[in-house]
Amino acid sequence: MKILVCITHVPDTTSKINFTDSNTKFDTTGVQFIIGPYDDYALARAIELKETSGATVTVLNVGLADTEPTLRKALAIGADDAIRVNAEPTDSFFVAAQIAELAKGAGYDLILMGRESIDYNSGVVHGIVAELLGIPSISPVMKLDIDGTKAKLAREIEGGKEYLEVSLPFVAGCQEPIAEWKIPNMRGIMSARTKPLKVVEPKTVDSGVKLQKFELPPPKGSVKMIPADNVGELVNLLKNEAKVL
Amino acid sequence: MAILVFVESAEGKIKKTSIEAVAYAHALGGPVTAIALGAVDKAELEALGKYGAQKVLHAADEKLNQGVIQAYASVLEKALQDEGADILVLANSSLGTPVAARVATKIGASLASNVVDLPQTSGGFVVKRSIYTGKAFAWVELKNQKKVIGLRKNAAEIKEVGSAAQVTPYAVTLSDADFATHITSSEKATGEVLLPEANIVVSGGRGMKGPEHWGILEELAKTLHAATGCSKPVSDMGWRPHHEHVGQTGVKVAPQLYIAIGISGAIQHLAGVNSSKYIVVINKDPEAPFFKAADYGIVGDAFEIIPKLTEAIKAAK
Ligand SMILES: Cc1cc2nc3c(=O)[nH]c(=O)nc-3n(C[C@H](O)[C@H](O)[C@H](O)COP(=O)(O)OP(=O)(O)OC[C@H]3O[C@@H](n4cnc5c(N)ncnc54)[C@H](O)[C@@H]3O)c2cc1C
Repeated sequence: MKILVCITHVPDTTSKINFTDSNTKFDTTGVQFIIGPYDDYALARAIELKETSGATVTVLNVGLADTEPTLRKALAIGADDAIRVNAEPTDSFFVAAQIAELAKGAGYDLILMGRESIDYNSGVVHGIVAELLGIPSISPVMKLDIDGTKAKLAREIEGGKEYLEVSLPFVAGCQEPIAEWKIPNMRGIMSARTKPLKVVEPKTVDSGVKLQKFELPPPKGSVKMIPADNVGELVNLLKNEAKVL
Repeated sequence: MAILVFVESAEGKIKKTSIEAVAYAHALGGPVTAIALGAVDKAELEALGKYGAQKVLHAADEKLNQGVIQAYASVLEKALQDEGADILVLANSSLGTPVAARVATKIGASLASNVVDLPQTSGGFVVKRSIYTGKAFAWVELKNQKKVIGLRKNAAEIKEVGSAAQVTPYAVTLSDADFATHITSSEKATGEVLLPEANIVVSGGRGMKGPEHWGILEELAKTLHAATGCSKPVSDMGWRPHHEHVGQTGVKVAPQLYIAIGISGAIQHLAGVNSSKYIVVINKDPEAPFFKAADYGIVGDAFEIIPKLTEAIKAAK
């Protein structure tokens, strides 16, 4: 079985978000980049499938050279080889078109990725890739088991979950608890250095969206503290000041 | 600029976020057609007219009673064509978002998710969307004639602008390929307020000490007609179902009021709640970081405060 795992290279979840160049560029000062947490779940499940049923796992990122440490980390976690599409990941359609281009005819049985990136949060790349390839897409997937050419999945829905069956190949957008995040061990980190990382140039894509500018939300006002022995005052404020009761 | 709105339902009722989508389409100004798939109460569909739908299509084929992503995308593609609509508006959800992705690809549309407000149209069609898990916004131009717009909760205000609409049955031809994924079963809480739709959310963290203590929290939620949520460790430990997990890696909520009890306020939790209008924090530790993100705070023991709060709310009603 051949598995393709698409990962994003995104600011650590504790990052403070700021912009530069008149709010047109993300400020990377002091920001640490990680594998997107949802992508990390997808990768972890792919590695488990590799361990239990002998799959090969390729990781893919659409990004400039600065994302290579993130790809190396995925290799250290257990992926066999990596591909970087050498382009700024400007929007969902652009990224998805690059993934589909690489996947076309490459014989992947399974294409996994996070349900959404944590920078743009669009949650649509899996669907676009699948539509471009003409195969099913399922998201957000919280359980994935493979039996021969068939898969059994659970998808989260509002207030519950849904169980599904589908034949390979398909695209899944993953989330917890599909697998537990894996931390690379020393041996993984050593072997990652020599695993193949191929760089390919992007295909030209006519994207229908164009970023104009970023904006930060207004700062939060200060908190009003209410003594623990006066819960009635909280209810009064919620009712008459906030007007939410 | 004809607009199609995909409306979702739960237990036969149109979701509030879908009614917001109809209101959004109405505010955009085009003739608005709403479409519902699968079983929905007829009166609910007619009522969409009040919020701005001139026409309501109902694809009642029972195969569509389950939300199959590909089948839904095919039906919407066809409906856009039949209605001569260039714009599809829908509420982002576990079904809406993946469906939007496929429809936009089929029709070559500009696509935006998590749109929070009406567009600016003075120079192009520019939407404001939530990014970095609620920590920032991006203004994005949708350049193509065709557009697919996914909305976050509260993107438009629901107003009564018309009267009941006529509901037209919408016949569909579905192919086997549309049903390549089979939904074999589902589990769904019934009669509960759904977390992404809720106006008030009562959320508990590790400070609640164990699943056996959720009764008082549920009682408070019931009194407020609120949905219940939790922090990630709480769902990781199986104290609460996963669909209640709020935050960076869980549900992102945008209620009028979020009440956090025994939650420390880690940045990953805050990422899922920072679009709430008001935040109340109850925590025994005065240094808990959550207080910095709160509007109202009480330092104290959850087990003493929750029952008192429930009583005070009942008394104030
Ligand atoms: C990549 C990543 C993604 C993550 N995503 C999420 C996410 O989506 N959602 C999320 O929630 N977390 C997420 N986390 C975890 C997050 O960092 C915190 O660990 C988590 O939110 C802490 O949960 P908590 O507040 O319930 O528990 P704790 O941090 O243990 O806090 C418990 C709080 O309860 C208070 N308390 C204890 N007893 C009482 C009492 N009797 N009365 C009142 N208060 C009491 C304590 O003072 C404390 O503040 C993520 C972490 C990472 C690394």
